[in-house]
Amino acid sequence: MPAMNLVQAINNALEIKLREDEDILLFGEDAGLEGGVFRVTQGLQAKFGERRVFDTPLSESVLLGAGLGMAVTGLRPIVEIQFSGFMYPAMNQLVTHVSRMRNRSRGVFTVPMTIRMPYGGGIRALELHSESMEAIYGHVPGLKVVIPSCPYDAKGLLISAIESNDPVLFMEPKKIYRSFRQDVPEEAYRVPLGKASVTRQGEDLTLVAYGAMMRVASKAVEQAAKEGTDVELIDLRTIYPLDRETVLDSVRKTGRLMVLHEGPKTFGVAAELISIVNEEAMEYLEAPPQRVCGFDTIMPLPMGEDHYMPTPERVLYAIEKMKAFAE
Amino acid sequence: MFDSFDPLKGKMLRILDERGKVLKAGQKWMPELSDEELVDGYRAMVRARVADERAVSYQRQGRIFTLPTNIGQEASAVGTIKALRPDDWMVQSYRELGGVLAKGGTVKNHLAYFSGSETGSVHPGNPRLLPLSVPITSQVTHAAGIGHSIVYRGGDEVAITFFGDGGTSQGDFNEGLNWAAVYKCPVIFVCNNNQYAISLGRAAQTGSETLAQKAVAFGMPGMIVDGNDYLAVVAATRAAAEHGRAGKGPVLLEMYTYRMGAHTTSDDPSIYRSKEEEESWLAKDPLIRMKAFMVERKLWDEDKEEALRKEMGAECDEAMREVENMDPTPVEDIFRYQYESMPPELERQMQDYKAFLAWKESR
Repeated sequence: MPAMNLVQAINNALEIKLREDEDILLFGEDAGLEGGVFRVTQGLQAKFGERRVFDTPLSESVLLGAGLGMAVTGLRPIVEIQFSGFMYPAMNQLVTHVSRMRNRSRGVFTVPMTIRMPYGGGIRALELHSESMEAIYGHVPGLKVVIPSCPYDAKGLLISAIESNDPVLFMEPKKIYRSFRQDVPEEAYRVPLGKASVTRQGEDLTLVAYGAMMRVASKAVEQAAKEGTDVELIDLRTIYPLDRETVLDSVRKTGRLMVLHEGPKTFGVAAELISIVNEEAMEYLEAPPQRVCGFDTIMPLPMGEDHYMPTPERVLYAIEKMKAFAE
Repeated sequence: MFDSFDPLKGKMLRILDERGKVLKAGQKWMPELSDEELVDGYRAMVRARVADERAVSYQRQGRIFTLPTNIGQEASAVGTIKALRPDDWMVQSYRELGGVLAKGGTVKNHLAYFSGSETGSVHPGNPRLLPLSVPITSQVTHAAGIGHSIVYRGGDEVAITFFGDGGTSQGDFNEGLNWAAVYKCPVIFVCNNNQYAISLGRAAQTGSETLAQKAVAFGMPGMIVDGNDYLAVVAATRAAAEHGRAGKGPVLLEMYTYRMGAHTTSDDPSIYRSKEEEESWLAKDPLIRMKAFMVERKLWDEDKEEALRKEMGAECDEAMREVENMDPTPVEDIFRYQYESMPPELERQMQDYKAFLAWKESR
């Protein structure tokens, strides 16, 4: 089994699907010849030709709009938005058409489109190249929002996303594009959308994270174990639909919930998860839930970025506060 | 044809004058249409006119909600679609009722939509007609994508899309036309220049002398067409379709017309335009000139006109009654079409709501 990093795993999933299905087209700004600014689609144009994998004019709105037009005729476009911070010119298409067409047309016209975009901080980038705004998209009815945290999941989730007959926003944690390798099967496999994964069993506390924050979470959990706290770690993997059962089962066992994400704290994924736990499992809680998140600020430029990005230490600090409450 | 009507020189394709006489200069461009096709086209325009007039009256009676009408622009709406094939794609905005009906849409579904039912977004038999699009000009990009798909699959269909003079100020106008030109997509971009974007007049909308000239910068043909002249509309659309089917890419047609009605039934045009102006356009009504042309050729007469209007009025009244007898949207339908299969959270929300309904019922 080959070892792949996140970029290679995504590229591999794209190649498998492009080979399998002639109705799939892949396009984006610099996504063809160059293979994208992060080289995620490198080599695909050479393999599948310029009709299947192509560069587009610099125009995000029509990337999604034309994608929708292709989709209603039966094609399955895979669209790359170069950075999640460049999605905003296309928000109109995403919110007013892509996510609505199935409902609007009572299922006559559907949009089996996958929109890939790198997101997240920690790469010392320019303004609008580091945000983590998944909560915005989770709020849009009709969209599915997926965020992988490792190469194995990225490949399996992306194949599921491409095969979904609903539009899927596939957010790629660019901070960990090349951070580590994992054994990834060469053949196609699927990781289901809407299913979280318990990556570490624990008894004392449930920590939920996703995307690049899973690396931060893992480090914190290791350290916490040394300091005597046994944390159960859940990788959410899909923002919408949320896998509430996995989180609830875990919280019923541990009695404590902490959620970690880069995005702004207010109205974020953590807020939603805590609401669910309050609604369904409040009687199991032994301490108030904790959120370790980005701030309700503009993502700082690199000289201020380290203040913003959650770290293992911030998780440990929150764990300590939770334990203090119990005592 | 496009070479003969340079948009930068403000030339306009016209075949009929306002009294329905064939213009000398228009003769050359007269589209081949059988008597049956002429009658069919005219009937389709009247059908749209009557449907709009009835709909406005239903709205005034409180039987349907606010709606925009196609009144005055029927030649552009009907002539374009009649010039195309059933397997071509129509990407509408919201002021092309004549085209929607010509594409296979029904008055009933039209009225159902403006009575508040999504079922009216689509039509029986699922013609290649996308649902009405509210965000101005956003649909232009969809037509570009459909055109792209046609090229990819090696088909010879075309996509036609509609927007207004105000719509040319939107970013999606630029993005959609640019995409179609880059990839030579067979798309007919129809700008219905009806002189108003709600209250804002055409002159205040853009610094361009004409709207068709915007095509020049995109690298596609652009032409101004008398949008109240059914025959000119058919001729121009046929030429644009031929252009697209031959792999030459998109065309921009500026249909020079007038929104004879209000923007929607909630609008009051007296705030922004004069009675005199409105009256000056009455004589240019596309139905009047086409009727005169037909009468001259002995294809039409007052008896036929009266019978047709009666028939269409009855069709509308029947459709309205059917819509009024529709059940309210079932709870399931609100949830069912969000995703291919309902996510557990949606299922839960639906069940919670049903439990509430049962509780309410039991009180």
